[in-house]
Amino acid sequence: MSDHKSTQGEGPVPLMQQLLDSPFLLLIIGVGMPTVIYIIWGIMEIVAIPVAP
Amino acid sequence: MAQFRTCPDTGFAIDLNADKLIKWNAVTAVVFLLVGGLFGLAVALTRWPAVHLLGADDFYLALTAHGFDVLLVWCIYFEMALLYFTSSILLKSRLALPKIAWAQYILMLVGAIMTNVAVLRGDSSVMFTSYVPMMAAPDFYLGIILFAVGALLGCVVFFATLYIAKRDNTYEGSMPLVTFGAMTAAIIAVFTILSGAVILVPTLFWSMGFIGSIDGLMYRVVWWAMGHSSQQVNVAAQIACWYAIAAILFNASPLSEKVSRTAFLFYILFLQLASAHHLLVDPGLSSEWKIFNTSYAMYLAVLGSMIHGLTVPGAVEAAQRKRGFNKGLFEWLRKAPWGNPVFSGFALSLVLFGFLGGITGVMMGTEQLNIITHNTMYTPGHFHGTVVVGTTLAFMAMSYWLVPTLWQKELMFPGLAKWQPYLFGLGMGLASVFMMGAGTLGVPRRHWDISFADAAMVHEFPAAAYMMMGLNGIAALIGGVGGAIFILNMVGTVFFGKAKQPKAAAAEVPNIGGAATTYGSAGTMAVPGTFVLALVFLTAFVLYYFVNWKYLSDVWGLS
Ligand code: HEM
Ligand SMILES: [Cu+2]
Repeated sequence: MSDHKSTQGEGPVPLMQQLLDSPFLLLIIGVGMPTVIYIIWGIMEIVAIPVAP
Repeated sequence: MAQFRTCPDTGFAIDLNADKLIKWNAVTAVVFLLVGGLFGLAVALTRWPAVHLLGADDFYLALTAHGFDVLLVWCIYFEMALLYFTSSILLKSRLALPKIAWAQYILMLVGAIMTNVAVLRGDSSVMFTSYVPMMAAPDFYLGIILFAVGALLGCVVFFATLYIAKRDNTYEGSMPLVTFGAMTAAIIAVFTILSGAVILVPTLFWSMGFIGSIDGLMYRVVWWAMGHSSQQVNVAAQIACWYAIAAILFNASPLSEKVSRTAFLFYILFLQLASAHHLLVDPGLSSEWKIFNTSYAMYLAVLGSMIHGLTVPGAVEAAQRKRGFNKGLFEWLRKAPWGNPVFSGFALSLVLFGFLGGITGVMMGTEQLNIITHNTMYTPGHFHGTVVVGTTLAFMAMSYWLVPTLWQKELMFPGLAKWQPYLFGLGMGLASVFMMGAGTLGVPRRHWDISFADAAMVHEFPAAAYMMMGLNGIAALIGGVGGAIFILNMVGTVFFGKAKQPKAAAAEVPNIGGAATTYGSAGTMAVPGTFVLALVFLTAFVLYYFVNWKYLSDVWGLS
């Protein structure tokens, strides 16, 4: 627990730590990313499959 | 106004609402583990060729109930208890929205019972994956949907509690790592449940006759966004338990908060994409989609797991060395409390999850290699290595601490508890290995009779395949005894346990308040023993991976 206090005080909070301290931002990223890359991309591929005549 | 009591073991101020909700969710989880575990035994005994316990219809019924009750109901109920514990109790906050939290509990219970009734009726033996066009009765899907809505409410309560704890400054700086891990699980859970709704609501309408048909491939893509991601909820929750147990038993802080949190961030970003590994042999989806989602993204998520696999034992080593267990590479490990089921369950979970679940998962997630094992017994072998000897064992270890502490009772059978993690871990670990062995010999999963006694076309499996399925049955019995002892102990402790003597308890649990509830790193990287163990793991990993490429090259001769 030695660097316990280093989270507060001196200087601006690093960007990465700001991200990790924002549950709701992480929630949006965590839901948005797989929705786009896995679900939407996947469904676009399925929709593009030609239907047998 | 929320009311609190002070925990005599830990000094935590415990919100009485959170207290009750954690208890109800945990007990209900254990009851469903019992039900699902019995179905699991019945399945394993049916697949043991010499025993072949159930008839075909009952086999598929039992398999459906087994998958649903253990994979969804047991894990998610326990995770609800963890969400309330890590938000309200570890952040020293009141639990937000207690009424919604009770709605979570009740909806999940109604849903779980509804789906179980549908399955037991015998008209919904569609396995928990319920692939279309196999159709179950409407209440099968409705039960799962209600269950999922309940779980979503649990996530809402969790995030609302994070919010009020921050607003009311109940903790300083960043939230503790254990809570961060639980938050990772909750984020993945939200995606899981939304995907589930997107696919199961139309499927419900289809089974009610309002929709003509559902495309099979479309179903599988969206269903696995739920099916796979729910497993990643388990992994994140299990790793939060690892950090919690390291903090509870050893007051161990993580080696580096930054590194561990970044590893969880990898989960949030990438784990869910790996859902595509379930579709690696499906035609119609491009290799770009498959390989981007499984290889590139999955490897980053796996990197996250390997980081946790290094930093969790590292944290224990650092804490043990600080206490003076400094001799040689492994004194810290030898002098660990191997007789305490909290520790042995945790240690076995870590090792077995890495070796059995982790290595095989990476192998199977490789597009080319997947074809060797797809839909064989290797697949349940792999995931009993993750969700049983990893997650379930970690949750058991956590329960050995949580239940006596929350209820303030002594464990009912402490002697049996000492052996339980070994029995369950080794039994189910062996079962996992034997299933993989059978799968490597081509034995299919979800198959009632590989001897094809009543079929027009037969396929001869090698004798070794039959032996593997028999050994799997024996190992399942050992694991089943381990599971039964756990349930007996928990139920016994809760209902008939002796009240705890405050003094004896305090000696067992040194200063949990510290590392579990604050932000802060151990401040050292001097953990040589852990690095040696990690090298052993990496060597096994690399060798196993290449052996499988070699094996793939033997599948089709080129001459
Ligand atoms: C006594 C303990 C257990 C035994 C003996 C057992 C045995 C088995 C066996 C033999 C199968 C393969 C069936 C087949 O494909 O033909 C199976 C499937 C499965 N098991 Fe278990 N298992 C146990 C505990 C668990 C637990 C604790 C979980 C999850 C937390 C779990 C999750 C699953 C799932 C999801 C399946 C796949 C079902 C399907 O294919 O639809 N099992 N189990
Ligand atoms: Cu998966």
